Amino acid sequence: MKKKQIVRVSGVTKNFDLGKIVVEVLKGIDLEIETGKYLSIMGPSGSGKSTLFNMIGGLDKPTSGKVFIDEVDIAQLDAYELAWLRCRKIGYIFQTFNLIPVMTALENVTLPMTFAGLSNDDAVERGMELLFQVGLEGRHSHKPSELSGGQQQRVAVARALANTPAIILADEPTGNLDLTTGEDIINLLKELSRERGVTVISATHDYKMLNVSDQVVWIRDGRVDKIQDRSDLDIKTGGLTEER
Amino acid sequence: MKRLIALPFRKSVEIAFLSIRVRFFRSLVTTMSLVLAVAFLCFMRSSNDFAQGFLATGSVEAYQAIVQAGYDVSLETMTIAASAKQRWIVTLSLLVCIVGIINAQLMSVTERFREIGTMKCLGALDRFIVRLFILEASMQGLAGSLCGAIIGTMAAAASALLSFGTGALSTDALQPLAVSIAISVVTGTSLSLLGVIYPAIIAARMQPVEAMRVEQ
Repeated sequence: MKKKQIVRVSGVTKNFDLGKIVVEVLKGIDLEIETGKYLSIMGPSGSGKSTLFNMIGGLDKPTSGKVFIDEVDIAQLDAYELAWLRCRKIGYIFQTFNLIPVMTALENVTLPMTFAGLSNDDAVERGMELLFQVGLEGRHSHKPSELSGGQQQRVAVARALANTPAIILADEPTGNLDLTTGEDIINLLKELSRERGVTVISATHDYKMLNVSDQVVWIRDGRVDKIQDRSDLDIKTGGLTEER
Repeated sequence: MKRLIALPFRKSVEIAFLSIRVRFFRSLVTTMSLVLAVAFLCFMRSSNDFAQGFLATGSVEAYQAIVQAGYDVSLETMTIAASAKQRWIVTLSLLVCIVGIINAQLMSVTERFREIGTMKCLGALDRFIVRLFILEASMQGLAGSLCGAIIGTMAAAASALLSFGTGALSTDALQPLAVSIAISVVTGTSLSLLGVIYPAIIAARMQPVEAMRVEQ
């Protein structure tokens, strides 16, 4: 049986018009992402990694080519459908956490549920459950400024899961965290992806991410350099130890 | 299934209120120019009301005192008209006030770019953002105008007491005073709303991808 693809990127290019010069950031990317995979997009800064990532998240539109999420071409969606997609299908996790500073942890988690039309009581109940799952029980009434970086990112993970999305997009989720906290967040994401079958796509240059990824896409100079499955990665690390 | 994103009105009010409360000092500064402008408008109007009330007592001394205090009394109708100069000064102060409000609101939009972008990533529609800003502005506008109107009326009452004595505080002035206060509050609130339109549109048009930007 052919596995279901949640994201399909075909022939995507993206140019940025900087007035006098046009910069080609993506030069034709084809990519298929299977449901339930934990995928990392790796690449040096300036490789077009973030641009590709934003395309997949429906935050930016390609110059040419198409991006399909759940077999729907996102270029065809109007503002309402796009908002719906962002609200229900995709959960975003940011490098800078991006919690709403005026709201408590619980309110941050329940906000997307309110957008989705959940009643307040249901949202609060589910929000508490999610906060418990990410290990923040008893912290629900704290403001983001009263939480540590790792805790804030946990709230962000809970928020991303609020409407049981099919995809979680994490943009350098460990970029602003120290080693151990970063590892905690990676493990949390991995666990959630395994338990719930959520597709996790993360842009990163954190090599810790490789250990948990099912698939790693290497981007170089606006093109897909190589796509490695987990098994390939194991062989590679094995090869390295042999050389030593 | 209808793919609709919703933000109940009560929830928007809650969020707007929270935003003001958390950024209380900044809101206070934004509202201050409005308070002052409305206080000035209300002071001008209610001073005239007090003088009118005093004039209505009909005594010659009252007439003399009022003219001496610098009011323009039209002899035919025995009413006090707002002078052209007064009107100009009030208009100017309101204009300055609205520019101040636009400036402060633009600052607040820039400050909250990431927050707005994040909300959009979570599925907020453009009009939720506009609604939040307008609600905030109307709360600030209403509170600021009320404060301003009270300050203006009290100042006018104090000045009337000083120039005309207790005779100035006649009950005749009550009804026009209420009208003056109402006009000031409505003007102030509308100014606040007018000032937020452009910043709110800028905020709403922002692309959600801005939330991803790392540099502040």
